[in-house]
Amino acid sequence: MLEKALRAQRESGRKLLIPYLMGGMTEDWTQSLAAVVAAGADAVEVGIPFSDPMMDGPVIQQAALRALQRGTVPAQVLDGISGAEVVVPVAVMTYYNIVFRAGLKRMAGSLATAGVSGAIIPDLSLEEIGPWATEADEAGVETVLLVAPSSPPDRVERICERARGFVYAVARMGVTGERADLGGEVGAVVERIRRFTDVPVCVGVGVSTPDQAAEVCELADGVVVGSALVRRMLEGEGPDGAAEFVGSLRSAID
Amino acid sequence: MTGGTGDMSLMSEPGPDGRFGEFGGRFVPESLMPACLELEQAFKAAWADPEFRRELDDLLRHYGGRPTPVTECVRLSEKLGVRVLLKREDLTHTGSHKLNNVIGQALLTRRMGKSRMIAETGAGQHGVASATAAALFGLECTVFMGEVDTKRQELNVFRMELLGAEVRTVTSGSRTLKDAVNEAMREWVATVDTTHYCLGSVMGPHPFPYMVRQLQRVVGEEAREQCRQILDGADPDVVVACIGGGSNAAGTFAGFVDTTARLVGVEAAGGAAIANGIPGVLHGMHSRLLQDEAGQIEEAQSISAGLDYPGLGPEHAHLAAIGRAEYSTANDDEVLESFRVLSHTEGIIPALESAHAVAWVARVAGTDALPSGSTVLITLSGRGDKDVAQVREIFGRGEHA
Ligand SMILES: Cc1ncc(COP(=O)(O)O)c(C=O)c1O
Repeated sequence: MLEKALRAQRESGRKLLIPYLMGGMTEDWTQSLAAVVAAGADAVEVGIPFSDPMMDGPVIQQAALRALQRGTVPAQVLDGISGAEVVVPVAVMTYYNIVFRAGLKRMAGSLATAGVSGAIIPDLSLEEIGPWATEADEAGVETVLLVAPSSPPDRVERICERARGFVYAVARMGVTGERADLGGEVGAVVERIRRFTDVPVCVGVGVSTPDQAAEVCELADGVVVGSALVRRMLEGEGPDGAAEFVGSLRSAID
Repeated sequence: MTGGTGDMSLMSEPGPDGRFGEFGGRFVPESLMPACLELEQAFKAAWADPEFRRELDDLLRHYGGRPTPVTECVRLSEKLGVRVLLKREDLTHTGSHKLNNVIGQALLTRRMGKSRMIAETGAGQHGVASATAAALFGLECTVFMGEVDTKRQELNVFRMELLGAEVRTVTSGSRTLKDAVNEAMREWVATVDTTHYCLGSVMGPHPFPYMVRQLQRVVGEEAREQCRQILDGADPDVVVACIGGGSNAAGTFAGFVDTTARLVGVEAAGGAAIANGIPGVLHGMHSRLLQDEAGQIEEAQSISAGLDYPGLGPEHAHLAAIGRAEYSTANDDEVLESFRVLSHTEGIIPALESAHAVAWVARVAGTDALPSGSTVLITLSGRGDKDVAQVREIFGRGEHA
């Protein structure tokens, strides 16, 4: 569902826009979810908060903390997603302990039941993905894998073989967060991925502004924007503010 | 082979994915996987290289002060009715076993052509050891330390700075060891080209749990020979060590795992990952962790910064699962009492971490768990100088001592 939808959009000549927001971070986060879809998202990444987000910088850490302080549990995030009835695919992004604790089969089933079509689990390496991948494939949940600037070609090839949904090209070494400059590695990472797969390639980690989104869309099929949106939500912007920002990203890449 | 239970020693190499039984593994972002693989290769090659081993041994001997003695505690033995021997890691340079690991990893950093080490620290001992090794090798060093710990271990912060390291105060999460590890991992992702993450215990992704245990096994191997001299060729009945991540215990156990000695690890009661933990994944490893129903990691609570960790190394989770080692706990009051007793009866002020191991012995001596007349070896992982100010405050300016 995720890959199919993204491929269809790509074929129609459209660049892919995937905003990220943290489930449970505000009272009205499900309205923001619906709003960013209306503003032109092709898919949405929804975070399930984890206490120790190793791959995340201060903004998403703060959002996770706030969600947890609001008492958010994974089931509520899934209920929120299914209740929002969005018309584009939703992928959850969380850490492996949340999945492991729930039970792999149970989590895969819950995601499918909630209408979630993809999963991004950044601390689940290619080496360790086997048991989860089996359950996710069976439930029809597409597990998106990351390729980093540090990934050598043989790993990129193996990652691409296993990739579902889209390939997440990490723009630069480091954790999530807004960056003034994306560094010069994006093009090389995307190119390395393209050698091995025609699954859509979206760039994330660090992409913060409409200009940067446009820049990476010259190279890749699409873009994931997280911290820049989440920061606005942490600063108190509601669904309208979220939609306005996502709308500005949309216009920049169209 | 499922790993860890090979045909040689129970504590030899883990399985191919870095597994000890079901525990261990490599749960890290793709950005870090190449570095973990590189480190595994580098360590294996170094460990098999006689020149590396000679250099390491030389440094531990002439710089670190090894071998450390085993001391027979005459007065404490009389008091407890069991024969108590201490493996004196408090006498290594920088005052704890942490140096054994750090010298090895600093050598490895140089061998991999990297110019910088980062480290997490709880009590500050691993941070001090890292800063020390960095100074010795002319490496840059940044140490991550939770804000709670920078306050209770102020002197160690100054020590690290004096040694030329940068100390970064971590204000996220519980602001203790767990969060310092998170922050160090985040920094490693961003700087992995030039930077080695010098992890301080037998935790994290493979190869760290294996590598750190190998670098610490000198503790157990020395102690086994020293005990045999003292005990006319016999081994102690029981071997005890405290557990934060589990490195001094793993190093100690590695020397005795093939003997008949019982192996006992003592965790802080407020951070008891074997007693109260549930299998899960944190900091790159599959192990036992304090966590809630949803999988959120819970905060450990301990008087000793070095044991304030909600998990423990995967090999310990495995040794517990197969029953080769036992794990118990000591609470803050017992620990303070042992801190005082060891100081009074033996003239040895232990680190609060190490006092956990002493506290377990004091509690169970004369019971079925440690019958009168048994011989027990305790690894005294560090000296208590760093804790004196904190304990003085707790004792109310010395009135209780
Ligand atoms: C003296 C001392 N002992 C023990 C520990 C706990 O670490 P581990 O369980 O890895 O030996 C620490 C950690 O800071 C320490 O400083």
